[in-house]
Amino acid sequence: MGESDSLQGKIVKAWSVQPVLVPLYAILLSFIVGGVLIAIIGVNPFEAYWALVRGMVGSPDRVAASIARSVPFVGSALALALAFRAGLFNIGAEGQLLVGGILAAWVGTFSFLADAPGLVAIPTVLIAGAFGGLVWGGVPGVLRARTGAHEVISTIMLNSVALFIVRWIVNSRDPVILRDTAASVPRTEQIADGAVLPQLVDSEPNLHFGLFVMIAVAVVLAFVIARTTFGFEVITVGTNPNAARYAGINVNRIIVSSMALSGAFAGVAAASEVSGTNQFFQPGTFAFIGFDGIAIALLARANPVAILPAALLWGSLLAGAPLMQQEADVSIDVVRIIQAMVLLFVAADAIVRYLFRVRDQGGRHIDATNAGWV
Amino acid sequence: MTGAGVDEVAEQTGTVTSDVGATGRRRLGRRQITGVLFAVLGVILIVAVAPSITSETKSFAFESPPDPLQFSFSPPTLIVAVGVLYLLSAVAAFSPQRFDGWAGRLHLFSAISAVPLIMAIALGLSGSSSTNVTNLLDESLVLATPVALGAMTGLWCERSGIINIGIEGMMLASAGVGFMSFALLGAASSVAWLWVAVLVAILTGGLLALLLAVLSINFGINQIVAGVVINLFALGLTGFLRSEVIVPNGNSKGLSTTEFGVPLLSRLPILGETLFQGKPIHYAMYAVVGLTWLVMFRTAWGLRVRSCGENPHAAETLGIDVITVRYQAVVVGGFIAGMAGAWFSLESQSGFEDNMTNSAGFIALAALIFGKWTPWGAFAGALLFGFARALGSRLQFLQVEIGGFGIPSEFFQSLPFVVTIVVVAGALGRSIAPAAEGQPFRRSK
Repeated sequence: MGESDSLQGKIVKAWSVQPVLVPLYAILLSFIVGGVLIAIIGVNPFEAYWALVRGMVGSPDRVAASIARSVPFVGSALALALAFRAGLFNIGAEGQLLVGGILAAWVGTFSFLADAPGLVAIPTVLIAGAFGGLVWGGVPGVLRARTGAHEVISTIMLNSVALFIVRWIVNSRDPVILRDTAASVPRTEQIADGAVLPQLVDSEPNLHFGLFVMIAVAVVLAFVIARTTFGFEVITVGTNPNAARYAGINVNRIIVSSMALSGAFAGVAAASEVSGTNQFFQPGTFAFIGFDGIAIALLARANPVAILPAALLWGSLLAGAPLMQQEADVSIDVVRIIQAMVLLFVAADAIVRYLFRVRDQGGRHIDATNAGWV
Repeated sequence: MTGAGVDEVAEQTGTVTSDVGATGRRRLGRRQITGVLFAVLGVILIVAVAPSITSETKSFAFESPPDPLQFSFSPPTLIVAVGVLYLLSAVAAFSPQRFDGWAGRLHLFSAISAVPLIMAIALGLSGSSSTNVTNLLDESLVLATPVALGAMTGLWCERSGIINIGIEGMMLASAGVGFMSFALLGAASSVAWLWVAVLVAILTGGLLALLLAVLSINFGINQIVAGVVINLFALGLTGFLRSEVIVPNGNSKGLSTTEFGVPLLSRLPILGETLFQGKPIHYAMYAVVGLTWLVMFRTAWGLRVRSCGENPHAAETLGIDVITVRYQAVVVGGFIAGMAGAWFSLESQSGFEDNMTNSAGFIALAALIFGKWTPWGAFAGALLFGFARALGSRLQFLQVEIGGFGIPSEFFQSLPFVVTIVVVAGALGRSIAPAAEGQPFRRSK
């Protein structure tokens, strides 16, 4: 360790590619596994991957689409990450997205927003989304703190409850609740023009200002976790609730607030999608975003800043897959397998280190979930 | 392990108030709060609900149409009766402490009587004059099958100290691979190959469980990550197999396991058909639950499994090979998940659809926690869930209306989930996981 204490050692360490090396090798290895699978069904893996890569980054529009696809994942992964840090497993991002999204879409149609400037209307919609997520995430937190009901049970159940409620609100014709009766598919009415997030690139899906919103949220969360009392308390509760209690931390308050805040992240992500991408709410848009958030948060080891590249990898793979299916006739599900493998090899870095002879520097290993389960 | 800590903390900080205060005076505990709730419900039932419900005679049928055994009643009378029962429960909640046992039993009885109550109100509000109760029971049992099996998978893994978030993935992969082998080998039409396919499904579950075991035992990676990897992998793999193998093969539908009745017993009146006639995997579920209990709690090996989940280092000092035991338990769990997968694609229906397990694995996880990591408890959780789902679809079918406003079907569909939350939050409270769960184990040198 003497070496790393010297200035030179510090510089070497700061520029070390080591932390990035393992994930890169992990991605490479995952593509090899996927390639073997593609080869088995009789397609040239290189052709398939070439189509996949072009689908991801083949043109400026495609790059924008890949980024746009990744934006909501940032929110759902942040939701998971904060809960993990507090030792909680929030499987409910799926439901929190739905509730946040429908609330944002509803508030977005309020008549007073029609003439309001964007500076008022956009935050209103985003806050509405955050509030929806906050409530839907806060309920399991309160139940956990007050009655001891396990958050895994309540969040899973609330996912389904949210799905049915939202489906009813959007589908119902008699009575009409929020359904846009003029539209052919069940969806809510268009939100006010002023409440639409500014567009950046007109790709498919379009890239909008929500990107910066999500980056800002990630940076804020990173700051909160690393530099504030609240963040310290969250980590302490997550690592050892008994120690936290002896240190005078109100454990229940931390459980409730981190679950609620976690839901709010998912809610903001949903609101930014409603406001930036579709301008209306449709339940199907959010399918799997919450569940993928689990994987992304774990891939980033619950580090808010690392979630940004992890979500980008996730979103761009999903955005690129259709071209691979179209050109090489390989099922888009290969991408899911690759994603699983990336997560696997990043987590089981011993495999990667062994295969690629990367030495472990013996640095601090941070576990994604602070202590895990129950 | 964190959670267990959190729960202790919750208790110490007094959010879950004990029944008896320091001075010996009774405080408002969980039972008293439930009692107040019952009182409110009882009054509402007697004063508001009963008078507004039609007093036409309605009936519960217990057998199938030609000449069913029926229980006829007038809805308001039944509602008032349940209301009085609830008021009694409320009084019992505040009775002297030595009657606590009776109060608890009365509460349980009151909670169960909510079932006929809901049915009676629904019948009263709908146009139909009768509904078949045994059918409802039958549906509940069938719908509980995959959840109960999934919960047993979780039980085996988690009691040995390995968290299994991947139940969903194991079930999905077994469903997909099982049906694929049936389509490829037996063209989805031969009974012999059907059973081979069920076997393949079971083995697939075991194989994925082996993956979970290798990752979490040998590589010591975070077990939640390992489970999520399995879920993602299964989702991708089955989607891939469906579009690349099953669909091109053309046999995307075919045979499924058929009902059979236990001789004699299935001809018993009323419950005979419900309990003694059904499909094989559904029956196997009962056996799995029973055997799980028997092996886990009545054999030396079961004790070893549990000790590995509670304190692996102590188990090791007693000469137990923790790693081997954990491997065995996890793979047994995987076989059970494979059965659940076969239920989806080879029994409940014949064919495979993307994501056809539709979070049954997560619900199984909830049932496991609901049952506090015990076989019968988890089974009860699965039954509760299956029943709430069957009831939901029944009520949806009855087209209940209040003042001309049809209650949306989504309301009934979400019923099972709401019921689960209420039961978990209201009655069960905290569950404590096996102590050593989630911690990688290293052999002492």
